[in-house]
Amino acid sequence: MQFQFENFASFLAMNGHGPYVWFSYGVTIAVMAALVLVPVLRQRQMREAFRRQLRQEQARRRSEIARAASETAAAD
Amino acid sequence: MEKWANMKLSWQWFHRLGSPRWFYQKTSAWLPWLGAAALLLLAVGCTWGLGFAPQDAKQGNSYRIIYIHVPAAFLALAGYYIMAICGAIGLIWKMKLSFVVMRAAAPIGAVLTFVALLTGAVWGKPTWGTYWVWDARITSMLILLFLYLGVMALSGAFSRELSGDKASALLALVGTVNIPIIYKSVDWWFTLHQPATLKLTQASTIDPSMFYPLITMIAGFYLFYAWVLILHTRGLILQREWRTQWVRELLGQSAPAAKA
Repeated sequence: MQFQFENFASFLAMNGHGPYVWFSYGVTIAVMAALVLVPVLRQRQMREAFRRQLRQEQARRRSEIARAASETAAAD
Repeated sequence: MEKWANMKLSWQWFHRLGSPRWFYQKTSAWLPWLGAAALLLLAVGCTWGLGFAPQDAKQGNSYRIIYIHVPAAFLALAGYYIMAICGAIGLIWKMKLSFVVMRAAAPIGAVLTFVALLTGAVWGKPTWGTYWVWDARITSMLILLFLYLGVMALSGAFSRELSGDKASALLALVGTVNIPIIYKSVDWWFTLHQPATLKLTQASTIDPSMFYPLITMIAGFYLFYAWVLILHTRGLILQREWRTQWVRELLGQSAPAAKA
């Protein structure tokens, strides 16, 4: 098995078929990369949205505790 | 009594397989290996096919598109089987996970069908002198693309998730009629698309120096498909089970504020 082209330029040119071959491979690699990235990014987004929600819930709980404490202090 | 207990035991794996939670946890460990193996095979196959496989005597270098065209078409068809079978399992056994896999398979299949059609068109220009022709094989592949898009649209068209599941599963099952037509199209209507060069039952009409990189790419595409199907299924599982306890624990796990 040996490299079929004399140099890198002829590898790119592929005797005139270069544009067809490289365009095909380029588009294929791009859409296949998208197939991997879309679910990965979606999961990351969900994780961030969930953390935001969690922080909001905690902040609400903390302010409720603080209000309850100040109310009991006022009652005394 | 004992017989009943045994039967219960043997069905346990089936029910566990249907549990989205079990699937999510089980596949976590597989993903990196599957991804690495797929990318390695694809990288080797691409380099081999682009630089080291010999030129085709008739088509010159344009034939190198075969190393993505044929595997993409293979997986576009195999993916349709997977989608339709998952739809059938979901309809018959009312298995939730099965519908989720079916939904995940639709966009992946659509992308692979698109790749097969596009690379075929680009390959056609220097070989046949035209990008597109209404040949039986090409037309039936275009119908396959529309079936995938139809399943995607139908599964999202209902406010009740289960209605979308059932309707798109039915469409997927009806569309299976197209699959044997695609396979046989090059034999039934001998038009422009060349007949298969890889055959299961007889010797392939392709030289070993081109066959080995092609089989490497096909294996790479199969692994890639499995990897991406699992990735998409996991994403859909999280979306569906958003409100359940295990998903909340999972998503909150690495959150620093969760401990407070």
